[in-house]
Parts: sequence; C-alpha cells; structure tokens
Amino acid sequence: MSKKEWPLWEIFIRGQHGLNHRHVGSLHAPDAEMAINNARDVYTRRKEGVSIWAVKSTDITASAPSEKGPLFDPAESKVYRHPTFFDIPDEVGHM
Amino acid sequence: MYAQMVKSEGMKSLEDMSPEERAFQERIDRGEKIEPKEWMPEGYRKTLIRQIGQHAHSEIVGQLPEGNWITRAPTLERKAILLAKVQDEAGHGLYLYSAAETLGVSRDELMEKLHSGAMKYSSIFNYPTLTWADMGAVGWLVDGAAIMNQVPLQRTSYGPYSRAMIRICKEESFHQRQGYAIMMKMAQGTPEQKEMAQDALNRFWYPALMMFGPSDKDSVHSAQSMAWKIKMNTNDELRQKFVDETVPQAEYLGLTVPDETLKWNDERGHYDFAQPDWEEFFEVLKGNGPCNRERLEARRNAWEQGAWFRDGLTAYAEKSAARRAAALAAE
Repeated sequence: MSKKEWPLWEIFIRGQHGLNHRHVGSLHAPDAEMAINNARDVYTRRKEGVSIWAVKSTDITASAPSEKGPLFDPAESKVYRHPTFFDIPDEVGHM
Repeated sequence: MYAQMVKSEGMKSLEDMSPEERAFQERIDRGEKIEPKEWMPEGYRKTLIRQIGQHAHSEIVGQLPEGNWITRAPTLERKAILLAKVQDEAGHGLYLYSAAETLGVSRDELMEKLHSGAMKYSSIFNYPTLTWADMGAVGWLVDGAAIMNQVPLQRTSYGPYSRAMIRICKEESFHQRQGYAIMMKMAQGTPEQKEMAQDALNRFWYPALMMFGPSDKDSVHSAQSMAWKIKMNTNDELRQKFVDETVPQAEYLGLTVPDETLKWNDERGHYDFAQPDWEEFFEVLKGNGPCNRERLEARRNAWEQGAWFRDGLTAYAEKSAARRAAALAAE
C-alpha cells in the first residue's frame, strides 16, 4: 500500500459555449499533469468541456463562513445598483 | 439503498438543543445548504461520513458484478456500452469520495475501512451475475432502485453531497435504460433468451427490494436523518414507488414478477407485494452472501496489485518537481 496520499486538486471546466471555467469538483493526483488527465476521465466523459484548469486545493484561499455578514451584508442596502430601481416612463420606450 | 442501515447519532427536540444546534436545525428547516467549513453537529458529520462513504463504496464494488461481463458481451457495441457504464460507476464513486473528504476524512482512510470490512457497501452487489441477461436486470432493477433514492437526495442538506447527487443522477438514467434495452432484446428474442431474462428477473427482484433496507417506520436513526435532510423518504415509501414503477415495465417485457401475492390495490392506489426475506438480507450484510468474500478479495487485490503503479506515478511526480526546482535554481 502507498503510504503517501496524493494531493487534492480542484477542477474547473469551460463548457462549449465560451462561458467561464466553472468549478466541477475535486480529485486526487500526484501532479498537475495527472490531475488534468484524471479530470478528463472523471469530469468530461460526455463532452462537458473544451478546457480544464487544475488548481491545488491548498492554493485556494476561501472566505470564512463567519465573514459572511461583514462581506456580503453591505450590498443589501444598495438596491439602486439594479436597473429595476429606476422607473422609466413607458413613453420613453425601451431602455 | 446504496447506503443501508446507516446508524445516525441521537435525536433531540428543539428545546433540548444547544443554541448552535438549534440554529443549525433551523437553517436546514429553511432549506439552506450546509457547506464544508460551516459549523455542524458532530453527529451530522459522522452520520454523513458513514452514509456518503457507504454510498461511494457501493459504486466502486458495484463495478465488479458488471465488469465480469465486459469481455463476454455479445457484440462490440454492447461491450462499449457496458464499459462506459462501468466507467461511470467509478466516476460516481469518486464524486462521492470527494464529497466525504470535505467532512474531514481522507479517501485512503475510507478505502482502508472498506478493505478491512469496517465499512459496508450495498447488499445487492453480493449476488452473482450468472448470464448476460443479468446485465439487463442489474441496469433495469438495481440502477432503477438506486435512482429512486438518488433523485430526492439531490435536495439533501449537505452541499457537496447534493452536488455529487445532481451529477450522478444526470448519468444514471443511461444506466437504467441500457439495462432495460438488454431486457427488451432478450425478452423479444428466442424462447431460450426470454427464459434467461425471466430467470434474471427471478433472481434480482427480491435483492432489489432489499436495497431500500428494512421497514424504518419505527427507527430513531431514520427520524434523525430525515430531520437533517440526509434521508429524504422512508425505506417503505421508496420501495413502494419502485414496485409501482417497475411492475408495468415487467408487463411490457412479457415477464412475470416472481411474487404470487403481487396485486394492484385500487383503494391504496399502489401495488400490494411480498416483502423480501429479511433474514437473508441480514446474513448478506453480515458477510454471508453468495459473493461477499469474492468481492472484497477482488477489491483488495486491485488495491494491492495497483500499488506499484500508484508508487510509480508518485515517484515520477517527485522527480519532475525536483528537476523543475533545479532548473529554476540554475537560471
């Protein structure tokens, strides 16, 4: 049995239609090259993508759940950032 | 199911809960998803590791009864399809191991527990696959039963588990349909082929019903897991749903479900059906099914005999990393 566990990689895939790479899951691999190879087999068996990114999980910095309030609450009071905040009269036409 | 008889930790009323536990339960009741780094009761974490781990093991061990037929598929097309199906099962196992790992257990630890017998996998995979028709019965009935459980689990409270389920469900329908397609071919074939299809249904019907686990209407564990939304329906509900959906499919094939008591109950709006032999179920869980020993041995051999390959990849990765570092230093 191998004593050493392979590092964990987070896998991001860009679909067919030019959208952003999207996180699809994670997997274990000894290095980046194998991570891409494994990601091909684990996450794109049905042509789900045209490009793969593999990032070591330990290289990702994530916001802590406890910071949820300080980080995201301020946006709550700024409804004017949405276009629907402004009433434009029908006579003006489409805007 | 793919996770059977998962022991769940304790069940408290809202009043007996600590403020943290209560806030947690209220989040679940509101339909919020729980994510890996967030606070969760130890029991929730442990129960989920057991359940997701067992589910993952079932996907991996589930490759064995079908792998048995890859080299003996009747046509090249059937072989390619079966190969793709078995590869999907490996993928499903990996999605689930990843989900379990977010709870603070490593995949290698889980593997070790499977190989030592400390963790279980679904009872269904301890039955042999004797003829090609069994590939039809497994896809149709076993994957069909799995879908009954996995579709509602897409709404489970734990984010990574829910996301793994969504991915799995997308692929699972192919599994059931390829199985049913095999059954159609056999049932509409020669009398001998139809006989094989009937025989496969006879052997897999009750083991498929056992997949949902014993009646859990009185189980404390089940109530806690349902409160946590890591179990979405009772075993009996899912079993009934499975029977209701499967019987007409058997009728279409012209095959007979091996249950003389099976009858449509107009009043209930469901089929009445016979329970499987629960003593047999408990024996299989204990390790005394027809194939328990063979399955575990195959798993252990695959792990041990693949060690040189895993070690080789690790050695290559270390060597290339050292080379890159040396090249950088030389610049």
